[in-house]
Amino acid sequence: MLKIENLHASINGKEILKGVNLTVRDGEVHAIMGLNGAGKSTLSNVIVGHPSYEVTEGSITWDGKDLLALKPEERAHEGIFLSFQQPVEIPGVSMVNFMRAALGAKRKYQGLEPLPAPDFLKLMREKRAVVELDSKLTSRSVNEGFSGGEKKRGEIFQMAMLEPKLAILDETDSGLDVDALRTVAEGFNKLRRPETSAIVITHYQRLLDYLKPDVVHVLIDGRIVKTAGPELAAEIESHGFDWIIKGLSL
Amino acid sequence: MEATKQYIDFFGEVRDVLAARSCSEMNARREDALKVFAEQGFPSRKVERYRYANVEADFSPNYGIQLSPLGQKLPPYCFRLSEADPRVRVLYNNVADEADSIVALNTMLAVDTLVVHVPRGTKVEHPIQVGNVLAGSQDTMVSRRLLIVMEELSEADIIITDRAASQNRFLTNQVVEVVMGDGSHLNLYDIEETHLLCTRYGSTFVRQGRNSSLHHTALTLFNGHTRNRLDVLLQGEGSEVTLGGCVIADKMQHVDNNTLIDHQAPGCTSSELYKYVLDDNAVGAFAGRVLVREGAQKTSSQETNANLLATRTARIYTQPMLEIYADDVRCSHGSTVGQMDEAALFYMRQRGISEAEARLLLKAAFITEVIETIPLHSLRDRLHVLVDKRLRGELSKCEGCKLCGPPLTPP
Repeated sequence: MLKIENLHASINGKEILKGVNLTVRDGEVHAIMGLNGAGKSTLSNVIVGHPSYEVTEGSITWDGKDLLALKPEERAHEGIFLSFQQPVEIPGVSMVNFMRAALGAKRKYQGLEPLPAPDFLKLMREKRAVVELDSKLTSRSVNEGFSGGEKKRGEIFQMAMLEPKLAILDETDSGLDVDALRTVAEGFNKLRRPETSAIVITHYQRLLDYLKPDVVHVLIDGRIVKTAGPELAAEIESHGFDWIIKGLSL
Repeated sequence: MEATKQYIDFFGEVRDVLAARSCSEMNARREDALKVFAEQGFPSRKVERYRYANVEADFSPNYGIQLSPLGQKLPPYCFRLSEADPRVRVLYNNVADEADSIVALNTMLAVDTLVVHVPRGTKVEHPIQVGNVLAGSQDTMVSRRLLIVMEELSEADIIITDRAASQNRFLTNQVVEVVMGDGSHLNLYDIEETHLLCTRYGSTFVRQGRNSSLHHTALTLFNGHTRNRLDVLLQGEGSEVTLGGCVIADKMQHVDNNTLIDHQAPGCTSSELYKYVLDDNAVGAFAGRVLVREGAQKTSSQETNANLLATRTARIYTQPMLEIYADDVRCSHGSTVGQMDEAALFYMRQRGISEAEARLLLKAAFITEVIETIPLHSLRDRLHVLVDKRLRGELSKCEGCKLCGPPLTPP
């Protein structure tokens, strides 16, 4: 379970998150919607420990552990995964070696031996097939020369390899056409385990149609100002955020 | 000046010993070399091609000077100069730049020359490995000399390795001369894996005939102070040269590569890629000059020096140079200096890879581009392993040396 309490965070001295409270229980899917610049990506970056952000107040606990005390790689080992809005290209590091290093590090953290090479390659093949990621792409350098859609599918593929307990999808739908969006969303549904929870950051309802969130939050100016069921996403899709903002005493 | 006099005096003392131990071709060139060396002394930083070296300081320490000839057991195609084909013997000191006083010092003091001679039309199947191991109980200077002769239409891979087996100070002054006949094909690898107390001056001179092709790779995996000069003269029409360079340096290591590609004939192709990964307080220098002479039409040339600085205290001096005196050519040159990609580092850490491992992967990835161009597959695989070990601090020299770890246990 992820528990965020009164979280304040800033970048370069500028406060972005101004007291976020959020609880995500195992197996739940939470959507976070909001205008550009509201702090959605900041929230996901702070959860995974991006060094550019400073937490000035509040706490994040993960299964009772103080998440903020852990390094980014330790948070990953604890089962937290971020599907990046803009996945980074790493020329010269092959996807195979990258995944081998990532999985090896996680297994070491768990006190397990590295997977034998044939098992590892078999796992790669299985997970790749679910998101229809071409074998040519996984034999190349990480994300190098991938199209926008391929990068997003690559993120879901990596998620499947690492089997996280919490997956954060940061605008995974951006830059995807309708078919690619369906592949990614259905891939995500197939690949996540029942106990895996998710935080889905998006501007659009379409992704949520596939992912079926349990809870929808609206983040405005660094605070969660509205929380409701999945019907909230549909209301935002047809009426925008104005009616929510007007209802606030900002 | 002090150091120059020291070497001149020493030469005076050992002149007779050298004459007795060496062969006539080598002895005949010593006095002329002495003149050059005495006139110029050790080059100062004002000498363009020694701008980034501190030559006098490198040669000043009191070294025992090694004057022993080569052993009797040599690899296939290898000979002592005195026992080589007479047509080869006359090529001694005909390719090297005699006006370079460091080369002159080698000509003065070298006792023996290792000749690699590949006869006309011979395709050497297995790579010829020339392994140099610095060993001994005292600080030693070595004047190493090689002459590689590739006759017409011959093919070979030659690997020169430079290693050190004991923890003394070593100073190596190496001169390699390469003559490539028409249509010959040579892959030449020069790999240094020594230790922090080693100083190396390497000078390689290549003369290429018509339609010949050379692939040269210079790798500095571990060293102390290194200065490599590499001159390639494209004398025959239609010849090709590819120069790869790979430098990994940290601590106080210093690596200086100074290259010249001289397009003297038309229709030749050259490409050069040197990559440096510098960490801690390491200092790198790259000066690469591509000269396209009048009449060298249809020249195609590409030169790149790329550098990754892992710390704010590591430094690189980079100087790609292009001089063109012909009007129908395609040439480009450039250099880049960059830092660790922070976004890539974080991306890897989010996937569970530790920061140290992520840095290592990025450094290895940067160097990979050069290693991937190496024609010899078995060496390429070996180098990927060596680079990884080097970056992990697992090379034996690094583990065992006095400055970075516990000393090697005596046998």
